[in-house]
Amino acid sequence: MEAHHKILLLDDESDVLVMYKEILSQLPSKPEIHTATTGARALALLEAEPFRLLICDLKMPKMDGLQVLSIVRRRFPELRTVVMTAMQDEEFRSRAYALGVDLFWLKPETQQNMQMFLECLESLLGRDVVGGFRGVQSKSLMDIIQMECLSQSSTLLRITHGALVGKIWIAGGELIHAEAEGAAGEMAFRRILEWRSGTFENLPAEPDHERTINKPANALLLEMAQAMDEFASPGAAGSKEVVEQRKTVWKLSVLTREGAEWVVSIPASGAAEGWGMQAGEEAARWVRQAGESCKRLSERLGAGPLSHIEGSSLERRLVLLPWEQKTFLVAWPLSTETQRMLEQTRQLVASWDS
Amino acid sequence: MGFLKLFSRTGAGVQRLPSGSMTVDREGNVVATTVASGYPPALLHEVAVEVLRLFREARAAQMPLSEFNLHFASLRITAREMRGGAIVFLSPKTESTTSSMN
Repeated sequence: MEAHHKILLLDDESDVLVMYKEILSQLPSKPEIHTATTGARALALLEAEPFRLLICDLKMPKMDGLQVLSIVRRRFPELRTVVMTAMQDEEFRSRAYALGVDLFWLKPETQQNMQMFLECLESLLGRDVVGGFRGVQSKSLMDIIQMECLSQSSTLLRITHGALVGKIWIAGGELIHAEAEGAAGEMAFRRILEWRSGTFENLPAEPDHERTINKPANALLLEMAQAMDEFASPGAAGSKEVVEQRKTVWKLSVLTREGAEWVVSIPASGAAEGWGMQAGEEAARWVRQAGESCKRLSERLGAGPLSHIEGSSLERRLVLLPWEQKTFLVAWPLSTETQRMLEQTRQLVASWDS
Repeated sequence: MGFLKLFSRTGAGVQRLPSGSMTVDREGNVVATTVASGYPPALLHEVAVEVLRLFREARAAQMPLSEFNLHFASLRITAREMRGGAIVFLSPKTESTTSSMN
């Protein structure tokens, strides 16, 4: 039997709930509609069963919509969220999007507006996260390069992985050059191929670019595929050690190249990893405490999730940056330009953790 | 029934973000502030307490800070340590300021 998605409608006006329940039940995917008149009730329902979508009003007594969304974002990160409000206010729109809502919609007043709203909802209900490089779904970067080389094309592939950017030059189906994270040639090519996701674009070819890669593309791709297979296979303990050793060398070189004093990487659970400093655990403890303080502030003020913290002392500058499942604390010398510090930290962390 | 409905949304609203500055003593009491008087003093006190806690815990972790900026998605809190207390700046981010501040 086909499972229907569940939508939770939150509004303090029960008349509105009745009306929208009726309207939303007409959506083509025939979702199950549940309703709540208070934020507390909505959170209890979300705890009790899985929902696909929350549609939330902003103006409510006791707990307003932004407070609800702030809690929902932390507790149910997979839940899609829509704000439907009559309040035409730029501050609230910005804050709602800052909280990661998928859609901010003024309560529809015309039939045409309502139809567009319903189409957006239907699309949100059906949309799934798809991995791989955007543009060619389910194809790895290796496949993309292989395709370019097999078709003997000339192009410049620009690959973006978070804050990192890499470039691969292909001329007449031959790999001729690569650049990434300050490295060039084969080393840069290997680094780029280690990235698991991102986006790519084809730029105009530069066939006259200096050649730094002389190995045939197939040989390089085969070497990379073998290295990845060995790393993934459980019996290849020796290979794993080699890969770990390479990672260590890479991390230390990134630290030196970027000019950071030290880095502490703190996973959500488990031991922290410190590079370039002794008191990694103490720093990690502060990072966790700071994270808790910021979570409390965010929820009480409705300020949205923490993006980062910048701090300074008489000796150095610090940047605390939440990054995927970890938090990084990076120390920079006082001479570092504050304007560029966040960007430098993002690049270091992306390179570090890729 | 229509008359009763007038009362049904009493208290409904959305809390705006605080904007302005405040000086707090070492206990987290707000000594002076430019934040609008309608903003709940209890929330400002909570901000002050968390700010002082962050300074204190950084000191305990051998990383004494003289200043920090907390960047939330829609608010920036800047705090400078001042004789055990702090001066705190609260700046809501709007779309036009977000890109320049990040």
